[in-house]
Amino acid sequence: MADNRIIRAEHLWFRYPSDTENPENATENNWILKDISLEIQKGSFTAILGHNGSGKSTLAKHMNAILIPEKGDLFVAGMNTREEKNLFAIRQKAGMVFQNPDNQIVASIVEEDVAFAPENLGIPPAEIRRRVDDALKAVRMYEYRHHAPSQLSGGQKQRVAIAGVIAMQPDCIILDEPTAMLDPQGRQEVMETIRKLNREQGITIVLITHYMEEAALAERVIVIDHGEMILDDPPEKVFSQVERMKKLGLDVPQVTELAWELNRAGFRISPEILTESECLEALEKLL
Amino acid sequence: MAILKTEDLTYVYSAGTPFEKTAVDHVNLEIESNQMIGVIGHTGSGKSTLMQHFNGLLQPTSGKIYLEQRDIWADKSRLREVRFQVGLVFQYPEYQLFEETVYKDIAFGVRNMGLQETEIRERVFETAQMLGMDKNLLERSPFALSGGQKRRAAIAGVMAMRPKILILDEPCAGLDPKGRNLMLRQIRDYQKKTGSTVLLVSHSMEDVAEFTEKLLVMSKARLFCYEDTKLVFRKSEELKELGLRIPQIASVMQALRKHGYDLPEDLYTVEQARQAVLQLLQNKVRSREDGASC
Repeated sequence: MADNRIIRAEHLWFRYPSDTENPENATENNWILKDISLEIQKGSFTAILGHNGSGKSTLAKHMNAILIPEKGDLFVAGMNTREEKNLFAIRQKAGMVFQNPDNQIVASIVEEDVAFAPENLGIPPAEIRRRVDDALKAVRMYEYRHHAPSQLSGGQKQRVAIAGVIAMQPDCIILDEPTAMLDPQGRQEVMETIRKLNREQGITIVLITHYMEEAALAERVIVIDHGEMILDDPPEKVFSQVERMKKLGLDVPQVTELAWELNRAGFRISPEILTESECLEALEKLL
Repeated sequence: MAILKTEDLTYVYSAGTPFEKTAVDHVNLEIESNQMIGVIGHTGSGKSTLMQHFNGLLQPTSGKIYLEQRDIWADKSRLREVRFQVGLVFQYPEYQLFEETVYKDIAFGVRNMGLQETEIRERVFETAQMLGMDKNLLERSPFALSGGQKRRAAIAGVMAMRPKILILDEPCAGLDPKGRNLMLRQIRDYQKKTGSTVLLVSHSMEDVAEFTEKLLVMSKARLFCYEDTKLVFRKSEELKELGLRIPQIASVMQALRKHGYDLPEDLYTVEQARQAVLQLLQNKVRSREDGASC
């Protein structure tokens, strides 16, 4: 039977080494991740939410073996991240994009930056050329291939960083707050790119974000709080719990909050509204 | 009376080289005191370059800038004073923390102003309190604080100088929703308490909708407009062309108005929208009841 799970965590526990080296610190309280078990299916789009310090970025860093669990296991495409011989293959399967595009770009020309990873994988030059061109086209940055990254906007740089990951032909991309430093248009460009890669190329997306409108675009939302997975549902089921989300230090899309408020005031409107168009339609019915 | 004024303020980067670029192009502005102002614009619109002129970090290529009617570049020996009066907090200011304790870090700028030790103490405690920082944090190393508290310590250092104008470049970048909201409320309280002018550079239309009275909009090195926040959000189409947008809820409310529903203009927060829609629903119920009783 084909395994459809690209990522699988089994009773994963983690705390930072500085906390384990000093036995005094190794109390029950400083576990960053506590007993996380989850499966992410190939081709899916999952958003991970949690307040600052909740452990969500730490979880993401386990997904391409930057961090290794203290207890339990994490598998990427069936490979245990604990086994060092798997490291290269895992990082090729699961690529990571971080918050600040300036920290991820290494070359002085866009196409050279995108070629960096495949060059390191020892891929033949003709194949690199093809991959770089395809990757830049996929993020709609092909016409900028000869530009210096320093001349690009934040959204463009972040798309180049994504192209650098795509050039490795990964099955899965993990993005840790990729839009936090971008202006509204840059945010939209990056989100459109992510959705397109997911839909058209079937690349699995794991998106960590503080923007609830972005998480609303995913098919599954996981909420991490104090190192524990406390919610795992489709976005409409997660965001319709407005009070709970706010108590967790999170938020919900504005349209969801309005629908929830009206519903609470006794009007017949579903609190499971996620987008502007859904909200408009529901309000017109109500009015 | 304007506290800060610019006249045809222009700044050209790398003038005379192939990389020459006009970052600020003939900007004319008059900023009044005692208010919260949002500064928005796409990446590269010139908003940061403009802000760096306000405290004399950059000298205009041409044009003038006046702080309380005085040309800040007329006498360079007074620039130091300008920098005390216009405080600038960069993005991710926590990277600039350096002292042994939070107290010393917050006190650094005030001490440079030459204040007495008792007054320094008072300023540090008062500012820390405004930002919700516990007293016992002040004796800790700034590097031992959480991300949000580090950022507060860095901002407090500039606030403690009580500048007449405080410029904050994306003070909420990277904070979670609750942290964002708390930080913005504390900044607004500081503004109200001190009666100063706060310029808040932000990429979040939702945040500026809720917390600012006026918006300064930059686009392609030029001033697009400087107006009441609600008037700016009426220009949704133009904002979109500038790579900006209006808050999600505002665009739903505008669409409803366009479809003929009797809603007031300028609904751009969830609370405003909730009240307006409830009003409309109640009117509808009432008119139905009136109809039934006839």
